[in-house]
Amino acid sequence: MNRADRLGSGTLHTDVLVIGGGPAATWAAESAATAGVRVVLVDKGYCGASGAAAASGNNVWYVPPGPQREASITKRADQAQGLADEGWMSRVVETTWERLFDLSDWGYPFPVDDGVQRRGSLQGPEYLRRMRRRVHRAGVQILDHHPALELLVDDDGVVSGAAGIARQDGGRRWQIAAGAVVLATGGCAFLSGTFGTNVDTGDGHLMAAEAGAELSGMEFSTHYGPSAAWGVHTKGRMLQFATLFDEHGVRIDIPPGGSVRSVAMEREIAGERVYASLVDVPGHLRPMMRNSQPNFFIPLEKAGIDVFRDRYPLRMVYEGTVRGTGGLRIVGDDCRTTVPGLFAAGDAATRELITGGVSGGGSHNAAWAISSGTFAGRGAARFAAGRGIRAAGRLQAIGGTGLRPQQRPVPGLAAIMVRAVQERILPPRLTARRTPEDLTITEASMESLWQQARDHLAVDQLHDQGRELLKARQAAAMVAHLRWITASALYRQESRGMHRRVDHPGRGDQDHRILVGGLDTVRNRPEVESGERMAS
Amino acid sequence: MIEIVSRERCVSCDICVKVCPMNVFERGADGIPVISRQVDCQTCFLCEAYCPTDALYVAPYDHPAPAGSAQRDEAAQVAAGALGAYREVLGWGRGRRAGSLLDENHRFGPNSPGGVRP
Repeated sequence: MNRADRLGSGTLHTDVLVIGGGPAATWAAESAATAGVRVVLVDKGYCGASGAAAASGNNVWYVPPGPQREASITKRADQAQGLADEGWMSRVVETTWERLFDLSDWGYPFPVDDGVQRRGSLQGPEYLRRMRRRVHRAGVQILDHHPALELLVDDDGVVSGAAGIARQDGGRRWQIAAGAVVLATGGCAFLSGTFGTNVDTGDGHLMAAEAGAELSGMEFSTHYGPSAAWGVHTKGRMLQFATLFDEHGVRIDIPPGGSVRSVAMEREIAGERVYASLVDVPGHLRPMMRNSQPNFFIPLEKAGIDVFRDRYPLRMVYEGTVRGTGGLRIVGDDCRTTVPGLFAAGDAATRELITGGVSGGGSHNAAWAISSGTFAGRGAARFAAGRGIRAAGRLQAIGGTGLRPQQRPVPGLAAIMVRAVQERILPPRLTARRTPEDLTITEASMESLWQQARDHLAVDQLHDQGRELLKARQAAAMVAHLRWITASALYRQESRGMHRRVDHPGRGDQDHRILVGGLDTVRNRPEVESGERMAS
Repeated sequence: MIEIVSRERCVSCDICVKVCPMNVFERGADGIPVISRQVDCQTCFLCEAYCPTDALYVAPYDHPAPAGSAQRDEAAQVAAGALGAYREVLGWGRGRRAGSLLDENHRFGPNSPGGVRP
């Protein structure tokens, strides 16, 4: 078996450590293990159930080679408004195509229509259950409920492992030394509740930033998904077919070029309630729709709603950098970050390379998770094999805020901070339409919040320490995210993609990606062309 | 949010304790899982999907159901067929066919030539 060795003093040694348990993490772990190195995967929750993809359904950017693929790339490059890279789009769509053949070989039950396997849609629970099984069979050691809290670096600043807690083992501390680390920790959805994303609190980005990593595209983080007003199930696809009503039961017309989502969003910003119903969907489509997206229908049925007959109130739920495109900056075909030894995949990495400043819908996310996971897993395996494993004694844990307060801990601070962050990011009036005034207020309040976090945020009770420690780190990650998002939104003085500035309604001349980094001091800079913009 | 653990159906297998990505359950002293952190539940229904005896019920709300609500009433949810409904549609469980075989998303998407459009 290809297992990691457990050496003395509770430190586990491996070649590649994958942090995360969703699609990108499992594709990375599978790819690294298949490349012949030892792999450990640590997940905050349960690999197979964690994250947005496992809970939901996933359409995939899955296009056959030939003219249809070329046309799809050209169309999406247009939509990306100058910030994507056609070379990356091409290798992502090609790799995704190949990897879904692998998934079929591993037994994922794809539907067959007209004699053809239809591989463009993945049902979340089945997909991730299969991926977990495959990863296990590839010899990867999976450690569930092992949230990572901080990275380990060697004397040269090369990322060489991580440390965290075993939260179902009384919060026991663990430490894993590795030749390379893949961060596949998802995006940051700020505990908005949006379907399956409450594990996505941006922990990986915080750890990476502490090692000096740069991020990119954080201004493209303004996406909201429609859910029932009382729920969290942001499932948009079937709502394409919905009829909307106002609170008096009067039908709302969808304007030309608009969509159910865009109308619902405008009404949400205006503070008006919108109701949806699938009453106008022809009868023969109804069973087909229910079979295709069961987790759109089941929550409504549980609430007593027959959506083909009844109307139900909508709300728009913030989706952070899960549907937004920003994340860790990628500086190589192998999904390396700007920090040696550290690779990023899935929502943890910027998706601008294939979508620029638009969300691109779920299909881009799914394709990006599969392909970037594959690239990062192979890249990390190569890096680790070329390096050998360092002795754990020489490694330094570099976590700061939330772990090692600089002054006296203040009780209850984590929960207060989460609320303060949410108040400045979740409301559509602040995020979907940005004004310099609002952004400046957020910038100032988050700077002061970060200083408090750095000085005072820590575990504040002895009971359930593991959970407390994790909550403190999550709160720190969310404050850091809002700072990166706000700084980048101020820096991009134009409207482009999903980033909308009220004071700059048109597209300007910032035809480049915007980088951001830093914790105590947040700094932006343009990604300049001179050899720095990544070759494809 | 998670509302019901059926003592009658539960076989104390601890699968829900293990698979919940938000770590909502604890094993109880008598082996029946306890909902010890309901506030952390993200209403993803995955515990229902993995429960081999359809002993769990997750209400569709992002907040706890009020006392007296049918959402907390095991008999009412059993009568409504809600316990195990998600697992059935996924086709998980002995003798069932995978629900993904019925997936017709390829007819509904923007990339579906000849498919269904809004």
